[in-house]
Amino acid sequence: MPWGEFKDTAAERRLFQRRAFVMLLMVFLLLAGLVARMYQLQIVEHDIYTTLSDKNRVQVQSVPPPRGLVYDRNGILLAENRPVFSVTVVPERVGGMDATLDQLVRILDISEEDLERFQRRLREPRRPFQEIPLRYDLTEDEIARLAVHRHELPGVEVEAELVRYYPHSELTAHALGFVGRINRDELQRIDPVNYAGTNYIGKSGVERFYEELLHGKVGYQHVETNARGRTLRVLERENPVPGEDLELHIDLRLQNRAHELLDGRRGAIVAIEPATGGILALASVPGFDANKFVTGISVADYGELRDSKDKPLFNRALRGQYPPGSTLKPMLAIAALDSGAVTRDHSIWDPGYFQFNSSGRRYRDWKRGGHGWVDLTYAMAQSCDVYFYEAAVEMGVDTMHSYLSRFGFGEDATLDVSGALSGLLPSRDWKRAMRNEPWYPGDSVNLGIGQGFMLATPLQLATATALIANRGEWVEPRLLKDIQGDRSVDEFLPSETHEPLKLKDPSDWDFIADAMAEVMHGTKGTARSAARGASYRMAGKTGTAQVFSLAEDEEYEAEEVRERLRDHALFVGFAPLDNPQIAVAVIVENGGGGSSTAAPVARALFDAWLLEFSAAGDDAALISKTDAESGVH
Amino acid sequence: MATREVLGSTASNPLGRPRGIWSVLHVDPILLLLLLALVSGGLFVLYSGADRNFEVVKAQGIRFGIAFVVMLVFAQLDPSVFRRWAPWLYGLGLMGLVAVIFVGVGAKGAQRWLALPGLPRFQPSELMKLVVPMMAAWYLSRHFLPPKLSRIGVGLVIVLLPMVLIMKQPDLGTSLLVGMAGLFVVFFAGMSWKLISAFVVMVSVAAPVMWFFGMRDYQKQRVLTLLDPQSDPLGAGWNIIQSKTAIGSGGLDGKGWLQGTQSHLEFLPESHTDFIVAVLAEEFGFIGMLILISVYFLIILRCLYISVTAQDSFSRLVAGALTMTFFIYVFVNVGMVSGLLPVVGVPLPLVSYGGTSTVTLMAAFGILMSIHTHRRMITA
Repeated sequence: MPWGEFKDTAAERRLFQRRAFVMLLMVFLLLAGLVARMYQLQIVEHDIYTTLSDKNRVQVQSVPPPRGLVYDRNGILLAENRPVFSVTVVPERVGGMDATLDQLVRILDISEEDLERFQRRLREPRRPFQEIPLRYDLTEDEIARLAVHRHELPGVEVEAELVRYYPHSELTAHALGFVGRINRDELQRIDPVNYAGTNYIGKSGVERFYEELLHGKVGYQHVETNARGRTLRVLERENPVPGEDLELHIDLRLQNRAHELLDGRRGAIVAIEPATGGILALASVPGFDANKFVTGISVADYGELRDSKDKPLFNRALRGQYPPGSTLKPMLAIAALDSGAVTRDHSIWDPGYFQFNSSGRRYRDWKRGGHGWVDLTYAMAQSCDVYFYEAAVEMGVDTMHSYLSRFGFGEDATLDVSGALSGLLPSRDWKRAMRNEPWYPGDSVNLGIGQGFMLATPLQLATATALIANRGEWVEPRLLKDIQGDRSVDEFLPSETHEPLKLKDPSDWDFIADAMAEVMHGTKGTARSAARGASYRMAGKTGTAQVFSLAEDEEYEAEEVRERLRDHALFVGFAPLDNPQIAVAVIVENGGGGSSTAAPVARALFDAWLLEFSAAGDDAALISKTDAESGVH
Repeated sequence: MATREVLGSTASNPLGRPRGIWSVLHVDPILLLLLLALVSGGLFVLYSGADRNFEVVKAQGIRFGIAFVVMLVFAQLDPSVFRRWAPWLYGLGLMGLVAVIFVGVGAKGAQRWLALPGLPRFQPSELMKLVVPMMAAWYLSRHFLPPKLSRIGVGLVIVLLPMVLIMKQPDLGTSLLVGMAGLFVVFFAGMSWKLISAFVVMVSVAAPVMWFFGMRDYQKQRVLTLLDPQSDPLGAGWNIIQSKTAIGSGGLDGKGWLQGTQSHLEFLPESHTDFIVAVLAEEFGFIGMLILISVYFLIILRCLYISVTAQDSFSRLVAGALTMTFFIYVFVNVGMVSGLLPVVGVPLPLVSYGGTSTVTLMAAFGILMSIHTHRRMITA
């Protein structure tokens, strides 16, 4: 054994002792270093890490407020919230992402768009164990299928969210509007605190106008979560303030009737309660199912709606700008009387055309041979064009513009109707600015029968008609009737801005109303067939708007013109004559004549409102506490 | 030989300490007491770190029982047995490491286990933690100390060979521990300070080379993450941020046993294995850490005392190297959990949940006890 014999064991021991001492020193210093590190983390930086630890542990979650509900005037639900289920994936808990997605695609109907959006979200930075939504709005079938395969799909969850639902969407989409996912532009505009946790915002209509009221105030809860984001307990909670429930002037029954009356055609109906300005019905046909837009409409569905020849997405009632045609005559008659251009007894000889001079252009009456001797009442009842040509020339464009603007033409006179257009009320200045041409007397002639440049929306026509029904008292059209709860409607409804239209002789209102009654009940009234057998008296005016203009001597047969080029049929009116409960404007696109197509629609609405629903309305009053102010029909 | 052993164990203690029952059992009572204190305290922390799973504590308790038996068995053997076996064990170990490369089993892209028919599964690399310092000590102590340059060269080869093989598995943590154990032998043997400086320079030159050619991507990532954990707060940096948060939020006296939110709410990764010290720091605070580090220091102190009082160079070198390996465990683990060192898979010795390293460590203490209790009391 070589050990020991030749070695200086004492020297080797001393060498080892020295080395061991060096090591002991190193051990002491390095362990002291660890202690110092602990001192730094636990004593010096303790506060920083306590905050970090609490931030880890305690999360502030926003609790979105439930969106306010919307009712019609009888308390029937028009917009509610219903739980919608979406499927989410937690990547950390998924066994194999590709296999999981493959299986989900097999089980569910997942589009390329969904997958793309999901992959994009997957690449973005996020907390571990945060779920990523894959597809929204699962059907009950799909939820059931997922439940069956659940054990094969770890990390795949079904989550519920309250989403807007419109039970009568085809009827109400244009009146109510709809909500949709908040987009980038809206994100700039909204209060990020109050909308934390909210995914939807009003895009149009009532939903948009009363967004603030309907949304409510966000709530908070402090929750203790684990690293997987699973909530373990709620430490503190501040409840959200739910959005206000709104009651509209809309009567779903009347709205439904309006849609039925226009079924299969294109057109719009606006019905206003003259006493309040409340919009009873606002129908644009065809409608569409706004529910599709809430969770995001598919490209195919949207394309179909957008490209449809019937333009279901187009809100004809608010945004359809039509030549008003003869429906403008009652307003013009008021203007002519009050401005002194005509008197009640003023008569003219109508040869069937109007000429400035014997060699000038002939402005034709709709009746080829002319009406003969015509006074104002007869001119209204028979819709005599020549009478109004002459009155218009007598008044001039400035006078007509002044009166018509006081009827609300050329402006959006509504209080809370989002997206209403203002039509076009021509004037000298307008024509100079837009066409760089002077106002020709011929332009006045055309304006005298509501043709030429003049454009108005059905809502504007109904508003002007309500003004006549009210004998000059202005009521701006509005949708909001009541807010359920303590808050007052006046707080949120914009203030009324229109002065009453006062005539030099207020009895002119009754005179014109009677003239409009002649249209309905007179032996020569253009709409007499529509009013036949009525148990009440009504006032109205038919109109026909040319879709394309005819040359001076051109003849045409309505049947021969392709359907889409036929005249629009119009009607305005109110009823009952002496105590008006409802004022309407009806337009049926390419419907032909106003008296044959539009007037019967209005008559049916009058009957429904005054006879059919009034009895039921009294019953509804017992159920709906807010119906008392709508009065006795 | 046998006569000398008997004589040695029954000889009177020159320092005048009673040597009755402990001497017969070949157990050092002071070291045993410190180890028991560490292990029992560690089980309490493990219960919390494993989120009150008593099964984990029970499994670990059984493991400690086996490890203690292994320690006692090793303590009974005379140090000369280790010396004689060292070359054979070293050869076997190398063969095992080569075998692992070809027929090894494992998980997560690393082959560490050898499953030979008729034998329990084992990690040759664990065995090498003990055998490499023994082999280096055997080789160097055969001649004069301090060793000549050529012998140091051979000693380094003895150390580097298994190190490279283990790194191939790949297992950076164990490879470094094995290497350190061998290098400590060379250091204790009396490698000159000049050479040590030269070696340090060499390593610092080799480090960048290693970085570009030797290290795998995940290993590089660990180093990068250490330098700036915020650069990847949700990926690799997550562990370090969460463990520092756990430690820091513990404060002076901690959140209380079982009250640590970081570990119990699952923010802290590996809370019952490599990162268990963060649980202790969170729940028992700075005071708890001070006690833990003190216990480790006392154990190291006692082992260094055993090394210094050992009677031959082989025993001294082996004891010193095993002691320092134990220290490296502690320092690397606490250093990595507190964000001072990169995350390498080194457990907190005798506290972290896990089998193989516990047995190896207790076997090392058995060797130390053997060295201490088999002294011949003739020389002083």
